[in-house]
Amino acid sequence: MPVILLTDALIFLLIAVAIGFGVYAARHEHLRGPWRSVGRSPVGIAALVVIAFYVAIGLLDSLHFHPRLDAPTPAEPVQQEAAPENGAPDPGPRYSTQVLSVLDLWLTPLRERDEKTFSAPFATHLFVKEAIEQPDGSTVRDYPRLTHGGAHLKNPANRTADIVLRTLLGLVKGLMAWTLILAALTWWLARRRGETFNDCARAIWSGRTQVPWRVGLITLALMTVLGFVAAELAVKYHILGTDKVGEDVFYQSLKSIRTGLVIGTLTTLVMLPAAIILGIMAGYFRGLTDDIIQYLYTTLSSIPGVLLIAAAILMLQVYMTNNAESFESLVERADLRLLFLCLILGITSWTGLCRLLRGESLKLRESDYVQAASALGVRHSTVIARHILPNVLHIVMITVVLDFSGLVLAEAVLSYVNIGVDPTMNSWGNMINSARLELAREPIVWWSLAAAFVFMFTLVLAANLFADVVRDAFDPRLRSLR
Amino acid sequence: MTEDLLLRVENLTTDLVTRVEGGERALRVCDGVGFEIRRGETLALLGESGCGKSMTALSLMRLLPLSGRIVSGSVRLDGTDLLALPEREMRRVRGGRMGMIFQEPQTSLNPVLTVGQQIAEAVKIHEGRAKASTPARVVELLRAVGIPDPARRAGEYPHQLSGGMKQRVMIAMALAGDPQLLIADEPTTALDVTIQAQVLRLLKGLQRETGMAVLLITHDLGVVAETADRLAVMYAGQIVEQANCDDFFAGPAHPYSRKLMESVPTAEKRAGELAVIPGRVPPLDRSFGGCRFAERCFREMEHCATTVPGWFRAGPEHRVRCLLWADGQPSFEPATAQAASPANTQTAGEALVHVDALQVHFPIQRGLFKRTVGHVKAVDGVDLVLRAGQTLALVGESGCGKTTVGKGILQLERPTGGSVRYDGADLARIGAGRMRRYRKDLQIIFQDPFASMNPRMLVGDIVGEGLQALGIERGRGARRRRVAELLDQVGIGEQAMERYPHEFSGGQRQRICIARALAVSPKVIVCDEPTSALDVSVQAQILNLLKQLQRDLGISYLFITHDISVVSYLAHEVAVMYLGRIVERGTTTEVLEDPRHPYTKALLSAVPVIDTEQRRSIIRLDGDMPSPAQPPAGCHFHPRCPEALPECAKAYPEQTRLSDTRTVRCIRVS
Amino acid sequence: MSAYIIRRLLYALPILIGVNLITFVLFFVVNSPDDMARMQLGDKRVTQEAIDTWKAEHGYDLPLLLNEEARGLDKLTETIFFQKSLKLFAFDFGSSDSGRDIGYDISQRMWPSLAIALPVLLVGLSINISYALMIIFFRATYIDWGSVVLLVAMMSISGLFYIIGGQFLIGKLFHLVPISGYDTGFDATKFLILPVLVGVVGGIGSGTRLYRTFFLEEVNRDYVRTARAKGMRERVVLFRHVLKNAMIPILTGVVAVLPLLFMGALITESFFGVPGLGSYTIDAINRQDFSIVRAMVFLGSVLYILGLIMTDVSYTLVDPRVRLS
Repeated sequence: MPVILLTDALIFLLIAVAIGFGVYAARHEHLRGPWRSVGRSPVGIAALVVIAFYVAIGLLDSLHFHPRLDAPTPAEPVQQEAAPENGAPDPGPRYSTQVLSVLDLWLTPLRERDEKTFSAPFATHLFVKEAIEQPDGSTVRDYPRLTHGGAHLKNPANRTADIVLRTLLGLVKGLMAWTLILAALTWWLARRRGETFNDCARAIWSGRTQVPWRVGLITLALMTVLGFVAAELAVKYHILGTDKVGEDVFYQSLKSIRTGLVIGTLTTLVMLPAAIILGIMAGYFRGLTDDIIQYLYTTLSSIPGVLLIAAAILMLQVYMTNNAESFESLVERADLRLLFLCLILGITSWTGLCRLLRGESLKLRESDYVQAASALGVRHSTVIARHILPNVLHIVMITVVLDFSGLVLAEAVLSYVNIGVDPTMNSWGNMINSARLELAREPIVWWSLAAAFVFMFTLVLAANLFADVVRDAFDPRLRSLR
Repeated sequence: MTEDLLLRVENLTTDLVTRVEGGERALRVCDGVGFEIRRGETLALLGESGCGKSMTALSLMRLLPLSGRIVSGSVRLDGTDLLALPEREMRRVRGGRMGMIFQEPQTSLNPVLTVGQQIAEAVKIHEGRAKASTPARVVELLRAVGIPDPARRAGEYPHQLSGGMKQRVMIAMALAGDPQLLIADEPTTALDVTIQAQVLRLLKGLQRETGMAVLLITHDLGVVAETADRLAVMYAGQIVEQANCDDFFAGPAHPYSRKLMESVPTAEKRAGELAVIPGRVPPLDRSFGGCRFAERCFREMEHCATTVPGWFRAGPEHRVRCLLWADGQPSFEPATAQAASPANTQTAGEALVHVDALQVHFPIQRGLFKRTVGHVKAVDGVDLVLRAGQTLALVGESGCGKTTVGKGILQLERPTGGSVRYDGADLARIGAGRMRRYRKDLQIIFQDPFASMNPRMLVGDIVGEGLQALGIERGRGARRRRVAELLDQVGIGEQAMERYPHEFSGGQRQRICIARALAVSPKVIVCDEPTSALDVSVQAQILNLLKQLQRDLGISYLFITHDISVVSYLAHEVAVMYLGRIVERGTTTEVLEDPRHPYTKALLSAVPVIDTEQRRSIIRLDGDMPSPAQPPAGCHFHPRCPEALPECAKAYPEQTRLSDTRTVRCIRVS
Repeated sequence: MSAYIIRRLLYALPILIGVNLITFVLFFVVNSPDDMARMQLGDKRVTQEAIDTWKAEHGYDLPLLLNEEARGLDKLTETIFFQKSLKLFAFDFGSSDSGRDIGYDISQRMWPSLAIALPVLLVGLSINISYALMIIFFRATYIDWGSVVLLVAMMSISGLFYIIGGQFLIGKLFHLVPISGYDTGFDATKFLILPVLVGVVGGIGSGTRLYRTFFLEEVNRDYVRTARAKGMRERVVLFRHVLKNAMIPILTGVVAVLPLLFMGALITESFFGVPGLGSYTIDAINRQDFSIVRAMVFLGSVLYILGLIMTDVSYTLVDPRVRLS
């Protein structure tokens, strides 16, 4: 039974907006041209491939449902969810109150194979010593074997060989998958360009295509192989270790992707309407309208962002603890908090864009073509829609892309201060937050941090590089500086 | 002869490499340029925008932008090959033996350093003098370029100086190294004509005193005629003609030069159409197998497109790159290939728009509660009458308020006083809603054709905007038909509808702007310097079009301009504006033939003319136009007026009516 | 000048009132003092008496906006709005929920914050400017390209990792300086090195990149060409002309954040155990001490507005073209 969380709904809305915008952009040369040059930049394509992987995982994680209960006995391992339904004599198919996503379903092996506590990446034994009962009845304090990680090995000493073997297997599988994609792409391109398959392949390989397919394909190869190797290994090992309660860190990292993406995108989505409308109005109408809007954004931006977020989140917490009964599940509650965080982040971040748009509209309203339009008796609303808005759209687009990476980073910091997403929600910030307490351990528990670092760094770096390419393409002033 | 030679440029070839999608594109901006300059002479490099004349100058200085590279050639300054010099040595030449001044004095000076500091830099680099004497040298240089009170000015920042002053400072800076050659890249293009006259005169004087040679880069034939000894005409990266000035103006040898001369508007050409050069300059990213001008040439021969023309001799000091001269002197028809249509009859049309005592003041706010402490009196009591089917030219220098008058009439700038009566209504008093009714009768064309169209809209939508907004053609199909008709009318063709403005050249865009204004069938069009951003050959096309539209549709124009030659060609009546007020008004012949106001006289005398016989002695105006926030007491012009009397400072002179059509505001005229 | 500053200060008043209203609504209207008390007392099943005692202790037992029971002016002053919100205007921050005097705490904790933030700003500024100048000097070469990639990569690392990494590498691995803690007077220096270092390194990515664009914008202007045409060396052109112009946006940007330095660096301070305002704020957030959060919001706004005013004034000092109007 599908469940649509609030953020899910907004993500679908976002996708709809993006598609709509894509169609609009494709019809307008001034937008299509810059996007085309983004598509022709090697850095842009490479970053896009990486981002696509993240987005795919994030989307899989946004399709939620209540899993169907097969047996009448509710023996399903209900994880965080408390309250299983009790004695409802419903004859129809019964659903768990648990909310799962398609990604969870896919990662079920990862999700369900918990250890007792910490274990290092690829470990076969637990990270802490425990009293183990020997077959002869005596107890020894030693590192016990893991319940799942490397459990298939009779002799843990064979681990390295096993890992190498599985890596190779993953490599081969990954390359095969990549070759399939490569063949499909080449075939499609060859048909479009009206060349033979071989000519087209040669063109791609020597980098003679306008879109740098070669760079894209190399990045894709890297990501596919990495993905397949990880998948192959993750079945049998905890490739990034486990955390304090024994949860697989790799699983956590993957689940955190959705949180990062939601914060990075929904925040801008919620702030855009206000920023665009108010910014343009302030610049275009000037006078009293301008004064009021300027007052509004100066006031909001004068409150230190972190404190405003802190205050709002604290208030939400108070509200939520006092009205705990109105939330059906922890997932819904965490989701609401996530959405609220996006909202409040949006409130603190719309002022910058609003100010930019105000300045630009001030300039545009004095431009000759707006003057010509008023000489032709065009109404204000039409002038805004036809002359101002299309000419500030590139600023909006640059801002959206530029803000994304900053917001992903901000999530980490906020969660670290406990005013970010719900502690029960997977996020890189929460991973860092819980891991830093273990930093004092000897030897150090480093894998949670490392995992969060790698996953976050890859996404943010790709986003930053992509943003650079987009800005260069859309900002003619910067382009001329190159 | 050879010891006379200062600079010899041979076969100079420069590329500008631009990064485009999927690779690089090289523009050959100078292609085999060669010329010589003798000591103490002025060589003018003449050409329209984009012909490579500035790039030639920058190549000489080795100051090309990062994307530019010199491919081949040699530049010998007094025997030294500049292109072979190491950068260290070249630095000593720059600003030393060779100085340069640029087109935009506004941006060419560093805004955060004082004028004195910037000149001192140049002094220190090239004179290596003891630091103690540097300030004295700075003051000396400032005095040499005619800046009053140089010691005080040296401590000021560039923004405190007027445009003319800044250009003088630039010249002072270039003089610091006692250059043998001064390269002046369009030194007066950004300046008003009276200031232009000052600067050109200064350059001439300095040249006489120091004996330096000048390479003057310009697009203005008048400036060439008045200042240069010899000239070289550039077209599409090549020099196509070289001659001394007298020979050239007596009879240009290249068809391009001929057309250029013929397209300059003058009073004599009033009766007919101006010569135009069809098409546009070919893109420079390809190699040419023949003459670059062939496809636009009115004398194109069969082999022009396939044979690269070499140099041919057209006179003792006259060389031309044109195959017509291969077999000796060709004959050109006399310059009256224009259809002589009946002269514009001077029948005064009925008055359409009455502007009375129009005032547009902008408040200056200051202090704790934004008190209004004064007004910029951009327009301060202007009376005008626009007559049906006629052109009234509003002439004045930048900052005199002429553009504001145009916007005030159209209510794009709300007047603070006076009235604009049209069709029984006072436009200055009615609200925005009622004004919409009159919008279709009053239209405007702007100066900059690149800025006056929304780059995000299709040409069809741009032209149809008024039809839609004023509800003239509500149906989409009808609107498109009308737009197609309009585009045909202005000579663009209806296939332009589905294209964006950036695909068109400056002249074409201005035509589209005209079509947009025409769309609502206006009775009056305010033309705000519609041709001053265009090259002279393109300007001719636009002027022809405007004239033809007036003939066909009976539109009246308020033609705002600073260019007297355009006025003499196009206008029926002239009003001369100075500091927010009209100082003289009359028919074109009256005002241009017999100016009465001292300002008009000075203005007219400052205009550089080609024809040496028409040249009058320039009446020098000192200083600059005062700020419209604090106009001088009495006659606004009296502090600069060569004929001022003590009474002039007492009150603004009353209007003196000399004839039915003519009024002057000067107490000396009565 | 002084008239201008006075006017700007007067303009600041409505903004501060707005800030106050927002915080008031957030803290007292969205959730009632009862909710807050329940939160603080922790238990869900606290008695109404306990709540009332807590409210009385902390001065939350007054009506929100209008005290019907009081007389005269007290009708307005004996309210939460006046006591908790309006008094902030007199910089009377009251006492925290744990009973300490907030004003005193702030005055004590401001200096450690400054001791970190100021060196970070100054050292960071000089490093960023020098690096950006170097990139510009080698513009359109591989040094330029490589540096930009490096900067983007540095920008893409979360500040948390700089802190954790710095602490781990320098403190734990090399044992160069203590990991965390603070001391008074000069002894504090050894505790400051690490946070300052981390702050500087963490800021290089975005800072240098921003300055690089400032420089790039200037280096293509006409006056630079004029300077070269005088025969100046490229190095001198960069230092004398480009740097001087680019310093205008850089300096005014710095002036804008100058007052906010007092607020301290949130994460750095709490990580390194520096008793500054940053860690004060974080502790307050974690302890859910609303009085402190409210005080810090107000203080932050005041400093922000001060920064705005100082920016405008500084423009007139560094840019000869700008005069106050």
